[in-house]
Amino acid sequence: MANTIFKTNKGPFVSLMTGLPGGGKTFLGILLVAALLVPLSNLLLPETSPFHVPTYLVSLMGKYVCFALLALSVDLIWGFAGILSLGHGAFFALGGYAMGMYLMRQIGDRGVYGNPVLPDFMVFLNWTELPWYWYGFDMFPFAMLMVLLVPGVLAFVFGWFAFRSRVTGVYLSIITQAMTYALLLAFFRNDMGFGGNNGLTDFKDLLGFDLQVTGTRLSLFVASVIALGLGYLVCCFITQSKLGRVLVAIRDAESRTRFSGYRVEYYKLFVFVVSAVLAGIAGALYVPQVGIINPSEFSPANSIEVVIWVAVGGRGTLWGAVLGAFLVNWGKSYFTGSFPEAWLYMLGGLFVFTTLFLPKGIVGTSATWIEKLKNRRRESPDIGAPLSVKEE
Amino acid sequence: MTTHANESSQQELTSILYLDGVSVSFDGFKALNNLSFVVEPGEMRAIIGPNGAGKTTMMDVITGKTKPDTGEVFFKGGIDLTKHDEAFIANLGIGRKFQKPTVFESQTVFHNLELSLKGEKGVMTTLFAALNDAEVARIIDVLGTIRLTEKAGDLAGNLSHGQKQWLEIGMLLMQDPDLLLVDEPVAGMTDAETEQTAILLREISATHSVVVVEHDMEFVRALKSKVTVLHEGSVLAEGSLDTVQNNQRVIEVYLGR
Repeated sequence: MANTIFKTNKGPFVSLMTGLPGGGKTFLGILLVAALLVPLSNLLLPETSPFHVPTYLVSLMGKYVCFALLALSVDLIWGFAGILSLGHGAFFALGGYAMGMYLMRQIGDRGVYGNPVLPDFMVFLNWTELPWYWYGFDMFPFAMLMVLLVPGVLAFVFGWFAFRSRVTGVYLSIITQAMTYALLLAFFRNDMGFGGNNGLTDFKDLLGFDLQVTGTRLSLFVASVIALGLGYLVCCFITQSKLGRVLVAIRDAESRTRFSGYRVEYYKLFVFVVSAVLAGIAGALYVPQVGIINPSEFSPANSIEVVIWVAVGGRGTLWGAVLGAFLVNWGKSYFTGSFPEAWLYMLGGLFVFTTLFLPKGIVGTSATWIEKLKNRRRESPDIGAPLSVKEE
Repeated sequence: MTTHANESSQQELTSILYLDGVSVSFDGFKALNNLSFVVEPGEMRAIIGPNGAGKTTMMDVITGKTKPDTGEVFFKGGIDLTKHDEAFIANLGIGRKFQKPTVFESQTVFHNLELSLKGEKGVMTTLFAALNDAEVARIIDVLGTIRLTEKAGDLAGNLSHGQKQWLEIGMLLMQDPDLLLVDEPVAGMTDAETEQTAILLREISATHSVVVVEHDMEFVRALKSKVTVLHEGSVLAEGSLDTVQNNQRVIEVYLGR
């Protein structure tokens, strides 16, 4: 046994090749199967078949997959580095707005007012020129770069000041809330040039593909699943490296980590920026699938909901966060349809229940139970083989 | 006057740790009041004093957690510690053990030592870091020194109180510091563990300078080192344990209340 311990840490690439954290392979397998089967069933099976996945359901699932990527990004910072961000919806929304701006420019002269350059809302506001920060968004690569850069740079600047001033715990959570709330108010204003209250909508096509066509919707679903899979691998790479262990060390004993010679603020900044970029990608994939982005995505309640997904699934388990996002959102879709008044109470109740009875979430708690069962079996003499036989 | 200045600057250059006239106050309370003492390279020094004597504040000042209001703190002759932060000072070669054992509880003993390994501590270096054979050998070596070889794969959180204290000392050894600051290493230990710890620290002091803050007189006696007595933020007496125990002022401070 000792030998295996001493062979740990051959570098993050080897860790990733030789083993994913518990359940990781199964999780990637499920993603792969979903990416293949969902489009196939939609295209090949007749609509009467019980296994046919209707297109509206594909888009709904695509939306969940984006939420799952957002949950993953929150788990990376909260579960591993102990940074509880209550404003991660802001990075998601910024990625979404960057994609939305590209989609707006794609509309061209097909808008209601037929202006070849200005989006409808600008014509409506009697603007005559495109604001400078809309330049370049007609080019897809530039827009995609902005999807990564805008959330990343905001996270860097925000994190630089917050972590360097050693703002931690509840205080950090509060200022992340303030950040997303400030952005919410800013994006509500018409003269910001992002469509105000209504946001950006009426999208027509993406890279020339009509967004209403089934093929485009299937492709977006598959792209989201791939993004989730890659995001998961990035998170595994980070958390299985020595840097991942430094993050856990910071979470558990920040000052010990400092006295061990690590610049804690740089580590937090690194993982916060990576997480914000992942959230931005999730937002960019979300917008074409739902067809709209508006300031309500910045609302603090949205960001808090993400934290609930992660808590329900299990902090620090990565795919647990994905599971939590799916379960809670499926519950939301179901219950807001059947009992619309009850949903918020149920969500609140769920959070209280998780905190009290499943502090490690579904995945963490079931892992603990499995561990206990294994130990009991090993200790109990009448189940399984005796120890001496095992050793031979 | 000139001779005194020369003498002190001489000490400043050759000593491993040099504190001169250090004062720190919190909301008017003087935690350290004109504190001065010198630790020579290779020396083991025990620092004793009643509660509130300023022992922990002194550690905070040396490790960069607290900046002194006035006074000088020099390491290895020329390095002004008041100008640096914790991480920089740790990498300079000062290791600190906390009063309450502080280890990374949710990680294995092995990984606790790995994280404390001396070397480049930048973000990117750490992201791509892999252990080489020499480093593994070093970790195995330290595991032996702190008597935790059998526990290498256990979570640090599952260790006994005494074992956590040793693990933290082991983490300091991994940093390979020139100076170890050890805050109450035997608090809450059994007698057998206390004895083991004294042996461990004496082993360590053969190759490192060590400053031990302690309440337990039996333990300080077992260390067989020079003793500095702190009281109300400054040095009350200094010398062998027997000398300071017979010092009239020390007796007053310890027993006179």
